[in-house]
Amino acid sequence: MSSTILKEADRVMTICNACRYCEGFCAVFPAMELRRTFSDEDLKYLANLCHNCRDCYYACQYAPPHTFALNVPRTMAELRLETYREYSWPHAMKSFFQNNGLLVALITALSVVTVSLLTLLFQGHDVVFGTHTGAGAFYRVIPYAAMVVPFMALAIFVLISLWKGFATQWRTVGGTPQELKHWPAHRQAIWDVLRLKYLDGGGYGCNYPDDRFSMIRRYLHHAVFYGFMLCLASTTVAFGYDHLLHRPAPYPFWSWPVLLGTLGGLALLAGTGGLLYLKRQMDRDPAAPETLDMDMVFTVLLFLTSLTGLLLLCLRATPLMGTLLIVHIGFVLGLFISMPYGKFVHGFYRYGALVKNAIEQARENN
Amino acid sequence: MRTGASPSVGSSEPIDVLVIGGGNAALCAAMTAREAGATVLVLEGAPREFRGGNSRHTRNLRYLHDSANAVLTGPYKEDEFWEDLLRVTGGKTNEDLARVTIRASNNVGAWMEQHGCKFQPSMRGTLHLSRTNAFFLGGGKALMNAYYLTAERLGVLIQYDADVRDLAIVDGHFVSATYETAGVARTVEARAVVVASGGFQANIDWLREYWGEAADNFIIRGTPFDKGRMLRVLLDNGAQSVGDPRQCHAVAIDARAPKFDGGIVTRLDCVSFGIVVNRDAVRFYDEGEDFWPKRYAIWGRLVAQQSDQIAYSIIDAKSIDLFMPSVFPPIEAQSIRELAEKLELDPDLLEKTVENFNAATRPGTFDAGELDDCVTEGLTPPKSHWARPLDSPPFYGYPLRPGITFTYLGVAVNERAQVILQDGTPAPNIFAAGEIMSGNILGQGYMAGFGMTIGTVFGRIAGKEAVHHVIDNLKGS
Repeated sequence: MSSTILKEADRVMTICNACRYCEGFCAVFPAMELRRTFSDEDLKYLANLCHNCRDCYYACQYAPPHTFALNVPRTMAELRLETYREYSWPHAMKSFFQNNGLLVALITALSVVTVSLLTLLFQGHDVVFGTHTGAGAFYRVIPYAAMVVPFMALAIFVLISLWKGFATQWRTVGGTPQELKHWPAHRQAIWDVLRLKYLDGGGYGCNYPDDRFSMIRRYLHHAVFYGFMLCLASTTVAFGYDHLLHRPAPYPFWSWPVLLGTLGGLALLAGTGGLLYLKRQMDRDPAAPETLDMDMVFTVLLFLTSLTGLLLLCLRATPLMGTLLIVHIGFVLGLFISMPYGKFVHGFYRYGALVKNAIEQARENN
Repeated sequence: MRTGASPSVGSSEPIDVLVIGGGNAALCAAMTAREAGATVLVLEGAPREFRGGNSRHTRNLRYLHDSANAVLTGPYKEDEFWEDLLRVTGGKTNEDLARVTIRASNNVGAWMEQHGCKFQPSMRGTLHLSRTNAFFLGGGKALMNAYYLTAERLGVLIQYDADVRDLAIVDGHFVSATYETAGVARTVEARAVVVASGGFQANIDWLREYWGEAADNFIIRGTPFDKGRMLRVLLDNGAQSVGDPRQCHAVAIDARAPKFDGGIVTRLDCVSFGIVVNRDAVRFYDEGEDFWPKRYAIWGRLVAQQSDQIAYSIIDAKSIDLFMPSVFPPIEAQSIRELAEKLELDPDLLEKTVENFNAATRPGTFDAGELDDCVTEGLTPPKSHWARPLDSPPFYGYPLRPGITFTYLGVAVNERAQVILQDGTPAPNIFAAGEIMSGNILGQGYMAGFGMTIGTVFGRIAGKEAVHHVIDNLKGS
């Protein structure tokens, strides 16, 4: 069943394929050139290969108000959203991508309220608003089991859900399990991800937030990506300290978990803050209005998670620690729950598309 | 002449250099004049969204270079450049101006990059030009965006939607221009003018003077704003003309293309793989005479000569994947009869034409990359290469119409880009650049990326010489 947006993507790619002026910008156009006609699966693959740098929109001689009214970045973004719905697991969760901004905000608010109420109910006013220092201070506010068990369960669910989504995409775009073991393609794709190769627009960056070329978005996205990775590393190390070395948090500033977390948190704060600022400035014409709230809520959530995390670090020896811990844990909870059902998934599907692209291009060049 | 701060439109002080037009040549002139210290106003006829004339449909520029660089794979020197030009024009070129163009294009890519142009290496479909032509990353509209940005940064004034109606020229001397914008008529005085407003190919009435009613069926591949008004005004004011007014670069494009601005995507590269019939379902020319790029430009004229200016390229399943995809899907049928019905041709006649053609084909070794030995025997007109019977359904048809790229008529200029008057003297402060004068150099034919070379070189010359004129004049007064 071909949706309206798939038909539009087919129309757009057919015109692009007869022009090809944009082939130097990114991977989408060279991938398009390997085809004469576009199946739904091809289009879904190309949509996730598109990094939304918008260079092709401003370079397009057929962009609105031309009769052909080509808007590649917008069309691709709309189709990407449709693939997020289609690939979601459990599939019933696909409607979560409608009104995503509102739903994620509600879930997050609910998470913060639930953590607050539970903590107040079970730990009491004095514990929450008291001062706690020394080993295990956090656990005195939120007990170990209450912190670790739900998050472990949730993490497992999130990983399964993301994997299921990824596998569905891989099948949908015609990838085989054998191809998924094509290690050189993974190497290439990882390298593309680590450099954000396709936000470089052929060497000059994105046309973002306006029609001028700039690397700013690529650098800010780097800050977000590497900031997130550092925070993930921090959490992993802390988990190891706690469970293998039996050294429960909080840790001193000059320790791996805190250093990694601080650096990651600052990078996330700067990256998401910068991206939100640019998004307010951006030219809306090449943007898909349908995805705006999803993009915004995810970025805001990352911003608030890192902000509360950093505040917690600064104020952990004061009576505010309990409140900040609750709010931070609430935001992290909201982030975790919405991970498979929000903007976060873009990284996985884009990675899948990059692997497929690496396989295709390697085959073509042999 | 004021330097530094840029003036505003409508100030009483005359502009130093007025540039009429908003494509590549116009902007090269404007940036050059502004960098030399002049106040510059650009009057672009199109709205901002469609700015850039036909340059927005271009993709590359041919320039002289002694050695390979980041985007060009090898040297391209004057002798070879000149011989290429001589071959495509069949000698219809002013050698002095042609050599000026070729020499001044030496490493012009560097100047373009300084002014915001971004190049990319040639990719899959364009490798045959990878040594001679530098490709703009994102194509001509991206180049125009970069130039407008640079021009604005330099302080060039730009007025969009400026429909220039007339020029006040006294004794071969430019005084002022009158233009309309948003329904308001304005007159702007300037010390010199650079006219870079293109040819007249979008002016159907003018084309009708030479082509009669056939012109109504022409499709204009580029901007609808090239009406040739400035060309007319200059000629009426005594400018010498160059180029055959009857001639235009016309190719066969998909008849379903929009009337204007369809650009590159409406081209069809399938002609040499099948047969082409007219409205009477009759073949009229050797489809396989030579490689398609070499014969591309004669088919516009051929189709223009058929009744209703329409023809149909017909291929079968063997050939559908052999050429660049185009914007509109082919009309598809399981039999020639069915295809004829869908194309609204006489089914009996088309079947007969195809039968005759098929019967005349001789076994050979088909090779799309060679002038192969698949020929017809005893057929008029013959098909000299790639003649394979149309026998493998599905059959495909593409309707063809003449698509006009540009016209050759222009104004004569000298090496300083000054417009030459009827008496042979140059107009002191009237300069021309781009398509409006390219007929001096490209008297006929076509060479990929060379229109942009002429526009860039003569735009820069016009900008520089216009400022020289202004300075000399101010010194003298």
